[in-house]
Amino acid sequence: MATKASRSAARLMMAPAVILLLGWMLVPLTMTLWFSFRTYLPLRGGDQGWTGFDNYVRFVTSSSFWPAVSTTLIIVTGVLAITIALGVLLAILLDQPMWGQGVVRILVIAPFFVMPTVSALVWKNIFMDPTNGLFAHLWRFFGADPVSWLSNAATPSIILIVSWQWLPFATLILLTAIQSLDSEQLEAAEMDGASPLARFFYITLPHLSRAITIVLLIQTIFLLAIFAEIFVTTGGAFGTRTLSYLIFQRVLESQNIGLGSAGGVYAIILANIVAIFLMRIVGKNLDT
Amino acid sequence: MARSVTTQRKTINTTIAWIIGLLIFFPILWTILTSFKTEAQAINDPPLFLFFDWTTENYATVMERSNYARFLWNSIVIAGGSTLLGIIIAVPAAWSMAFVPSKRTKDILLWMLSTKMLPAVGVLYPIYLLCIRLGVLDNRVALVIILMLINLPIIVWMLYTYFREIPGEILEAARMDGATLKEEILYVLTPMAIPGIASTLLLNFILAWNEAFWTLNLTAAQAAPLTAFIASYSSPEGLFYAKLSAASTMAIAPILILGWFSQKQLVRGLTFGAVK
Repeated sequence: MATKASRSAARLMMAPAVILLLGWMLVPLTMTLWFSFRTYLPLRGGDQGWTGFDNYVRFVTSSSFWPAVSTTLIIVTGVLAITIALGVLLAILLDQPMWGQGVVRILVIAPFFVMPTVSALVWKNIFMDPTNGLFAHLWRFFGADPVSWLSNAATPSIILIVSWQWLPFATLILLTAIQSLDSEQLEAAEMDGASPLARFFYITLPHLSRAITIVLLIQTIFLLAIFAEIFVTTGGAFGTRTLSYLIFQRVLESQNIGLGSAGGVYAIILANIVAIFLMRIVGKNLDT
Repeated sequence: MARSVTTQRKTINTTIAWIIGLLIFFPILWTILTSFKTEAQAINDPPLFLFFDWTTENYATVMERSNYARFLWNSIVIAGGSTLLGIIIAVPAAWSMAFVPSKRTKDILLWMLSTKMLPAVGVLYPIYLLCIRLGVLDNRVALVIILMLINLPIIVWMLYTYFREIPGEILEAARMDGATLKEEILYVLTPMAIPGIASTLLLNFILAWNEAFWTLNLTAAQAAPLTAFIASYSSPEGLFYAKLSAASTMAIAPILILGWFSQKQLVRGLTFGAVK
């Protein structure tokens, strides 16, 4: 039983973490909100006062807004589809009996630990460079013309790079989930004559549904915020400007703080919509 | 009961899994191989796989030309400092939430998690401005604090899940035997908590090492860690494949090795206990 004294001690022990996070959340958030209602151009006249919802309107009506939304959607859904589909297949494969399972696992997980700037740069130069890249060598070997991946197929290229980074995450979590599947259930189904495909769709996939949802939500939050991969490869050119990259450009490159902050508020709202669903699942799990 | 598997099926599984595993690992392998080639060999057509003149000159060049040691040191200070600071702040918080839970514990945990979901770009300018006003743009201490704050929710959360696995009866027994709060923490809790703390330390060091939003936006020449150093290779200098590969290999090697030890913690730390 917790005594009164231990309760107040507990509160005291929690205080530094709570206060720090509260400050970390409230101070910048308030500032972003404040700036979003002002015309603020540090390099061209500074803070020029209150503008109401002007920045919010201008952000969504600017010609770069809808392309950025569609790029964001394409990259996020593309990466999600690839990593989850391949992740499920890989998790099932890695769950099978084989020799050297531990080593294969290590090989598959490795890309997750590569820092984003390194993977972006290695893919950009060593693989996708149209003259000296490995893909160019391969294309020439088969008599085809090398492709300028990051200018002619920039968005798919970025989807490839980001999928490579996140596939290990999806695989690892789905593998953890699959290992908790009762193998007797699968055996029983097999004895009853269920085909492998039927076993997959009626037993394995339903068992994985919760883990898939979690992968989906967590990855969405991180994918909405990808930055280094675009910064290093295309700098937002060739139709790869996502919503977060657009905000970054408004804020730091063109130094239009008001407009960028309004965009930032949109991004925060968007991330919160995804986060609410994630919190529900995590919260339910806490009760058990 | 485990099913008996035919050797044939096991062979097929093994073959497919190894091919896919090597395919996924290939970009890393290729980078490591390229780092040992000369620049001419690195762009040779057809590409050279293993039979080239192995050389370590790229490593020597990168080390002397680019102040590599300073970037490495910055990475170590920023990742290590933010993780340690985070642990120091999070241990008491997680301890109290795990052992003296109240009605609000769950809400506080979920709220902490929600701060992690805040998109960095949404608060980029305020943080940037605060750093300028406080004169700490391109400053290691500022980055230690910022990375500590962005990882603090994960640290608290991971420690909480580890601490909750420690049976409360043991603490009660210690209390019955007259242990003070200090003794309880020092002699009973700490030894049992150390594996969990170590795992948390490991995963968060990796996350901080690879963080590439704040480190890119808030550093220049002084405090730049390896993430920013590598990004500087995207200029024309990046066309030197062998040197780029050597720099990349040095930046990722320590984390790859640490990462292989942290597979399990990765699931726990990044799914917030929702997948076990």
